[in-house]
Amino acid sequence: MSNPSGAVRGLTVAEKIISAHAGRAVRAGELVIARIDGVMATDATGPLAIVAFSEMGGKRVWDPAKVSLILDHAAPAPNERVSNLHGMMRAFAREQGCHFYDIGAGICHQLMVENEHVRPGDLFLGADSHTPTYGALNAFACGVGSTDLAGALLTGRTWLKVPETIRINLVGRMPSGVTAKDVALKLVGLIGAEGANYRAVEFAGPAIREMSLSPRMTLANLASEMGAKTGLVDPAGLTLPYDFVPTSPDPDAEYCVIHSVDIGDLRPQVARPHSPGNVSPIDDVLGVRIDAGFIGSCTNARLDDLRAAARILRGRRLAAGVRLIIAPVSRRVFNHALADGTIAALSEAGATFIPAGCGPCVGTHEGVPGDGEVVISTANRNYQGRMGNPNAQIYLASPAVVAASVLAGAIADPAVVAP
Amino acid sequence: MTAPPSGDAALRGVAHVYDLDDIDTDRIIPGKRTKTLVVADMARYALEDLDPGFARRAQAGDILVVGRNFGCGSSREQAPMALKAAGMALVIGRSFARIFYRNAINIGLPVLEIGDRPHAIATGHTLEVDAEAGRISDLSDGMTYSASQLPRVMLDILRGGGLVNYLVKYGNYRLLGQPGEDS
Ligand code: SF4
Repeated sequence: MSNPSGAVRGLTVAEKIISAHAGRAVRAGELVIARIDGVMATDATGPLAIVAFSEMGGKRVWDPAKVSLILDHAAPAPNERVSNLHGMMRAFAREQGCHFYDIGAGICHQLMVENEHVRPGDLFLGADSHTPTYGALNAFACGVGSTDLAGALLTGRTWLKVPETIRINLVGRMPSGVTAKDVALKLVGLIGAEGANYRAVEFAGPAIREMSLSPRMTLANLASEMGAKTGLVDPAGLTLPYDFVPTSPDPDAEYCVIHSVDIGDLRPQVARPHSPGNVSPIDDVLGVRIDAGFIGSCTNARLDDLRAAARILRGRRLAAGVRLIIAPVSRRVFNHALADGTIAALSEAGATFIPAGCGPCVGTHEGVPGDGEVVISTANRNYQGRMGNPNAQIYLASPAVVAASVLAGAIADPAVVAP
Repeated sequence: MTAPPSGDAALRGVAHVYDLDDIDTDRIIPGKRTKTLVVADMARYALEDLDPGFARRAQAGDILVVGRNFGCGSSREQAPMALKAAGMALVIGRSFARIFYRNAINIGLPVLEIGDRPHAIATGHTLEVDAEAGRISDLSDGMTYSASQLPRVMLDILRGGGLVNYLVKYGNYRLLGQPGEDS
């Protein structure tokens, strides 16, 4: 492939990482078999993967040190069926000697990053659709289903088509009060729920250089809501507790689309029911009455998110008749938030804490909304029925907007409620 | 499913049409219904939140016809499994979300992409489909349509009835006719 001058064009991040794992230089459109650096499955996908693995004739996973199993989607178990599936995963992890995270340890994606099971430059498969979150680390990570995961457990490899890449250049500085979640929602609205289907997305721009790991994870997490195979955040400015070699695109890399998005005067963003792509500025939904708030999920339940909510709720009380459920992203985050007083501030304001895990994000347990109820949530999906009830309405927003809204009893601008 | 009428790959079935975009995995099968390894249980809940009567009307060998970005949302393989368990022999869509697409092939449920061109396929029409060739004939009105073809590796997986059988047979992934092939 060549550019108009006839020279061979440069490579995107996705092409570079996949090439390094395919053992040859590959470009968008090619089918490859690639070596993988790690895999993970949860209690939602692991049991089927274990069944498929044994049906494939699998006895030992290819490398137990590269396999993680996590109980987070329905944990602690809401009933005996789930408990039995958990038992099956515990037994498999014990037999195989792979990494295992029991109930309450946290949400799979956070645990993979926190415990350094995934690192920059890795090619990683997760049996969960928000696996692209590790793009925050500059890793090529994609979500697969249980049978694909079983194939990886067996062979340590997978087949994939090298994706084209959409490049998103963020222009301008983030206004104060605006967060990575608002930027991410804005981009989902712009790209659309399938705008990045089969493609990779690269996020870059000066605003990203100033972001710590947590907001980068929020951004990469929502690449899934654009349908992307993976989302890759420019590693410039990224600091990690260990040394790494960043993978950056070549200056003449070929993109299928390049978007420049000015975030200089971005307002807080809200996704309205029933699609994460149904995004508008908060001003269009101010005053929408709510029944409940949820601060949780792999998108927005880290320490900075809990602190942002506590800043607004400290010394105040939830509006009458409104409830707030909080599921910290991991036990480690919970313990930090406990030590620094964040948990006390939120609890005193009337928040209900549930164990670190997915909780009501996936509609299995721990806070299913009632008919006709309206929820404002920091999660990433608001499809009809997502929280377990097709007759509920879900709005998505940043932790600050959720905190302001549970104070007001209606969707509210944090800058007004708690200036 | 009735016996293949012509050629090995052709299948014939009755269409159920939901020409809506972004039918996500929660509407294909809600998360709360997926916590089981009993596939037959899932059949009852297929498309539950979209059309509560679907699972009752679905017959073995029927064909689901959907809009754009079908199967967006979660990675749950129970989505194609529930449709297959409900009797669907094939899903025809304008486009599919990538994880659903892979999952369907991996469990041996053929999926065909027909893009945005208008079509007149309606619920109750009988379709005859050659999935490998991407040919769809609507026997009820005589119209024919073409779908995009699957990459070779996916055809190989589908021919064996899914990824489990493929890996039992070959022991590893192979890209026939591609550089870097390792078989
Ligand atoms: S928190 Fe929600 S989106 Fe994230 S992995 Fe769990 S269920 Fe999925």
